Amino acid sequence: MSQVKTLFKDGMWANNPALVQLLGLCPLLAVTSTITNALGLGLATLLVLVGSNVTVSIVRNWVPKDIRIPVFVMIIAGFVTIVQLMMNAYTFGLYQSLGIFIPLIVTNCAIIGRAEAFASKNTVPLSAFDGLMMGLGFMLVLVVLGAMRELIGQGTLFDGADLLLGPWAAALRIEVFSFDNQFLLAILPPGAFLGLGLLIAAKNVIDTQIKSKQVVTPEAEKGPRARVTSLT
Amino acid sequence: MILSSMTKNGAILTAFALITTGTVALTHSLTAERIEEQEKQQLAEQLQQVLDAHHYDNQLYKDCVVITDERLGPRPEQVIYRAYKDNKPYALVMRHVTPSGYSGDINLLTAVFANGEIAGVRVTKHEETPGLGDKVEVKKSDWITLFKGQNVLGEDDSRWAVKKDGGQFDQFTGATITPRAVVGSVKQAVLFAQAEFDNLFAAPNTCQGAK
Repeated sequence: MSQVKTLFKDGMWANNPALVQLLGLCPLLAVTSTITNALGLGLATLLVLVGSNVTVSIVRNWVPKDIRIPVFVMIIAGFVTIVQLMMNAYTFGLYQSLGIFIPLIVTNCAIIGRAEAFASKNTVPLSAFDGLMMGLGFMLVLVVLGAMRELIGQGTLFDGADLLLGPWAAALRIEVFSFDNQFLLAILPPGAFLGLGLLIAAKNVIDTQIKSKQVVTPEAEKGPRARVTSLT
Repeated sequence: MILSSMTKNGAILTAFALITTGTVALTHSLTAERIEEQEKQQLAEQLQQVLDAHHYDNQLYKDCVVITDERLGPRPEQVIYRAYKDNKPYALVMRHVTPSGYSGDINLLTAVFANGEIAGVRVTKHEETPGLGDKVEVKKSDWITLFKGQNVLGEDDSRWAVKKDGGQFDQFTGATITPRAVVGSVKQAVLFAQAEFDNLFAAPNTCQGAK
């Protein structure tokens, strides 16, 4: 049970693939110009990650150490191609707007990293859960960054959501504010770097605060004991 | 010892290659039909935007010629769809490319009637700067619809330029290169259509076999 909790905490926060491991930055920075794109790529990565983790974990006892990397790469490439074909068939508009970044999921180091570091040494359920948590953590950062950039850049949220979710989702589009000229910096790649930098900084600030609180509590307990010793 | 481990590893690798390739092939065959449908639908939507389907009576994607001509841009093999009405040539829908945009190729689709008038122009693919050059996209601005109904009167038609260069087409604030490239490319494509209209309709159909 505690292992599940650790996996959850690692994936979402302590060892988040985007904020801490800093893996898969190329798609992260390139496609997060809108929430829809971010969510689409996040979901695709999540599917591939869970699929590859489960498969790697199933075959882990049959694959000799020497050839594990090519086998992992083959499994991941297979899953990515399947996801790509599925997206091409069922979410055509999104497939076109994500373009080259779907096949590039193969090169997302977060996926082979999890296969090598976790799935090849753990049972199937745990690996599946690890893949799910890492994928969710990655997707969460993508979506937050996408929301920031879309809001600042073009003043909307969920623009083009119907490409991903079907025609009903067109109603999700929120125009928060409108301006004559878009704020280009947020939409262009440099905006993605700045946004990610700010997110990492925010995470570090929160971590430091949590740590400083934890240090204060044991000191308060020590206080009276110290006084007792000084009396004697 | 080495030999046996090599054979064993080789066999395992082969097995995995076969399984993954098999799964991919299976998915491909399951989705191929749907993907083709999606692509056809997208093509139909694009064609509909430049040329209203009510005005011609053949299926455009089944009747085309593939042409390499400098006037359609430097990329080879541009597709030209031929529209008939009552078995008479009615309009041409041309794919063409210009490399003179701000970043990368701009792909265009232009429809021209038999009398040389433009039925419609759309940008199908581009990588222009968001917020500036991307106003050539119909989603962002209706600038591209201004081409509808225009005509090109020869190579030295001075109206065919952006206003900055003395022509009739607006440039965008902060982006002159993109509209300049689009205007120039459309002009060349229209001139090509006007000059070659009958020849293009006489050429053999390349899309005959399309389903």
